[in-house]
Amino acid sequence: MQRIPILQMGKCLLVTIQVDLQDQTALALQDDLAAKIETSGARGVLIDISALEIVDSFIGRMLAGISGIARVLDATTVVVGMQPAVAITLVELGLSLEGVRTALNVERGMQMLRAAAEEDGVDPAA
Amino acid sequence: MTLPLEGAMALASEQDIVMSRQTVRKLTQQIGFSLVDQTKMVTAASELSRNTVVYGGGGEMRWALVTNGAKTGLRLAFEDQGPGIPDLTLALTDGWTSGKGMGVGLSGSKRLVNEFDIRTAVGEGTCVTITRWK
Repeated sequence: MQRIPILQMGKCLLVTIQVDLQDQTALALQDDLAAKIETSGARGVLIDISALEIVDSFIGRMLAGISGIARVLDATTVVVGMQPAVAITLVELGLSLEGVRTALNVERGMQMLRAAAEEDGVDPAA
Repeated sequence: MTLPLEGAMALASEQDIVMSRQTVRKLTQQIGFSLVDQTKMVTAASELSRNTVVYGGGGEMRWALVTNGAKTGLRLAFEDQGPGIPDLTLALTDGWTSGKGMGVGLSGSKRLVNEFDIRTAVGEGTCVTITRWK
C-alpha cells in the first residue's frame, strides 16, 4: 500500500496528495498525521489537494477526520488548492466539509496557519 | 488507448474502485464531457463502485456509450449479488448511513447524474444504473 509523505517545516506539517487515493491510503494518512502531530508538536497542518481530480464522500470524510483529530491535538488544519470542478461536484454531492478550513492556494493556506499560530503566541517558523 | 463503446470490469477490491474512476475518466474524455461533467460522473462512479465492493461484497461495473437523438451520453451499471438493500427509501435519504460512510453515497450520486435507477432484492443483490448526457 502506498503512503503519503508528511513533511515538517517548523511547527507545520505539509502534505501534498499526488496520487489517486485508495481508501486504505486515505485512512493511513489520517493515522500517520495524528502520530506525527504528537511526536513533532506541530501546530499547523497544510494539506494540498490541487492534484486531486475528485473528492468523493470517503476522501471528504478523511479530510474532515484529519481536521477534527488535529483540532483535538491542538493543531489547525487547512486544506488548499481544491480544483473548481471538484468543489462544484462536492457541493452537489452534498458534502460541505463543515469544520474544515480551506484556502485557495498554498500561500494563503500558510498565511492562515501563521495567523492562527500568532493568535496563540507561537512563532510557526520556530 | 481508446476504450470500447461497451465493456465491463470487475469490482472486487479497493484497487478496483480506483480503476473504475480511471476507466470512467477515460470514457467521459472520449465522449468529450466538460471537465465539470467528467468530475461529476467520476465521483458518482467512485461512490457506487465503493458500495458494490464494500456492501455488495464485490461485483462488476458495465459501461455503454448511449445516444438519444442528437444527445450522447455514458451509462454505467454497478451490479452485485450481495445482501441487497432492505429499505430503499431509507438508503436514498440524505444523511442516512450504514455507519461506514457520510450518508451521501446513494443520494449524492443521484444528484450528480441525469438518470438514476436502482433495483435491489434482499438476499439477491443490487444493481444501480446511472446515465449522464453530454
